[in-house]
Amino acid sequence: MTSEFKPKIIAFLCNWCSYAGADKAGGQRLECSAEISIVRVMCSGRVDPQFILEAFRKGADGVLVLGCHPGDCHYRNGNIRAMRRMAVLEKLLVQFGIEKERFALDWVAAGESEKFQKISQSMTEAVTRLGPLKLKGYVTR
Amino acid sequence: MSKPKVAVSWNSSCGGCDESIVDLEEKILDVAEAVEFVLWPCAMDFKYEQIEALPDEDITVSLINGAIQNTDQEHVVKLLRRKSKIVIAFGSCACYGGVPSLLNLKNLDDSFRVSYTNSPTVINEQGTVPSADSEDDGHALSLPSVYKSVRKLDDVIDVDYFLPGCPPTASMIASALTALLEGKLPERKSVLASNKSLCSSCSRNDSKPETVSIKNLVRIHEVKADPGLCFLAQGIICMGPATRDGCDYPCIKGNMPCTGCLGPFDRTDQGAKMTGTLGGLLEAGDEEAAKKMADGIVDPAGTFYRYSVAASLLGGKREGEENE
Repeated sequence: MTSEFKPKIIAFLCNWCSYAGADKAGGQRLECSAEISIVRVMCSGRVDPQFILEAFRKGADGVLVLGCHPGDCHYRNGNIRAMRRMAVLEKLLVQFGIEKERFALDWVAAGESEKFQKISQSMTEAVTRLGPLKLKGYVTR
Repeated sequence: MSKPKVAVSWNSSCGGCDESIVDLEEKILDVAEAVEFVLWPCAMDFKYEQIEALPDEDITVSLINGAIQNTDQEHVVKLLRRKSKIVIAFGSCACYGGVPSLLNLKNLDDSFRVSYTNSPTVINEQGTVPSADSEDDGHALSLPSVYKSVRKLDDVIDVDYFLPGCPPTASMIASALTALLEGKLPERKSVLASNKSLCSSCSRNDSKPETVSIKNLVRIHEVKADPGLCFLAQGIICMGPATRDGCDYPCIKGNMPCTGCLGPFDRTDQGAKMTGTLGGLLEAGDEEAAKKMADGIVDPAGTFYRYSVAASLLGGKREGEENE
């Protein structure tokens, strides 16, 4: 069973850098993980932590947030705000029994199609290794 | 015309909600005059058989406090639901799971170990823990069995209204009961409090700088808090931004930050909102600095969801899931 497990990964990509990077990867026909479902947002700073918790609650096995490199944000500092929020969120997820490999924040510029490919694949591998996420409303371990 | 019947019942709770009804002071006499109490285990002597003997929907309103954690509590609230026209989830444990639902961040075995064996004040050489069926001296004993996770009231029965707070303040209770007796309750399933954040009415709102930026997180016992300045501007975690307004901020008046007892506003997850708000205020220029600041929050889940784990996206009951 485990070998057939295909994880569901939700990826929030910022419109200006990361989505363009993913788009470029597609244009170049780079082989990317098919387990990643992309949600385009205007900025990684728009990703409310509630979106991420909802994704996990509704069946995501992993969540990825990608934004512009620090200093490159289209809105000056949205990605920096995302970075601060996600640092707190990471601690919170672990307390609910969600392994930290199931969540990642990273930076992908519009030209970095290969970086997007690499992240999508390494995230999929990490989450596949962990298996399906079981949220029970209480921590089992 | 007979007086409207009122039941007050408790589950996993501390008794503070019952106390808060008594705290209506002389107004309680008007209430007692206007209604007939048919059940109030904390304050008066009634038998559950008397409730069972009532016709269905005979009780005008049941005020049920406490989270649901065992089979007995589930049995009683289901009985009250059947016998009541209106059920109000009274206090944050009934509304959101409250403090008891922090258990959902741990597992029940750990909790039993702390309560029954590992506590420094406990001597329990046989390692006895509660179980549903046991035998002592040849006598069989059946007790209610404890669930692995703590539930809010509306996970177990249909609830008409929610009155949050730890406990709800006297003025919140008085206005809810007045609305009820005058037949002026809002739409069913409403929370009987404002849907704005505590900050919207906080007396310290004007003291908040244009941009709050936290350089150092401190805990309330580590500093002498300025009694006039926004707690977040002082680097003290205050749950105001993610917490429902309506309590008239007694904690803030006492120079203590909000701990979030009125729970989240409609359709929000209290911890997610606080993570978003607080995270955004941290003054950290790179990932390392952000991680270091985040480490300064000792127990994010316990701090942000102190009263609402059972109502949270990750710690709450999921659709179709059984109580176990």
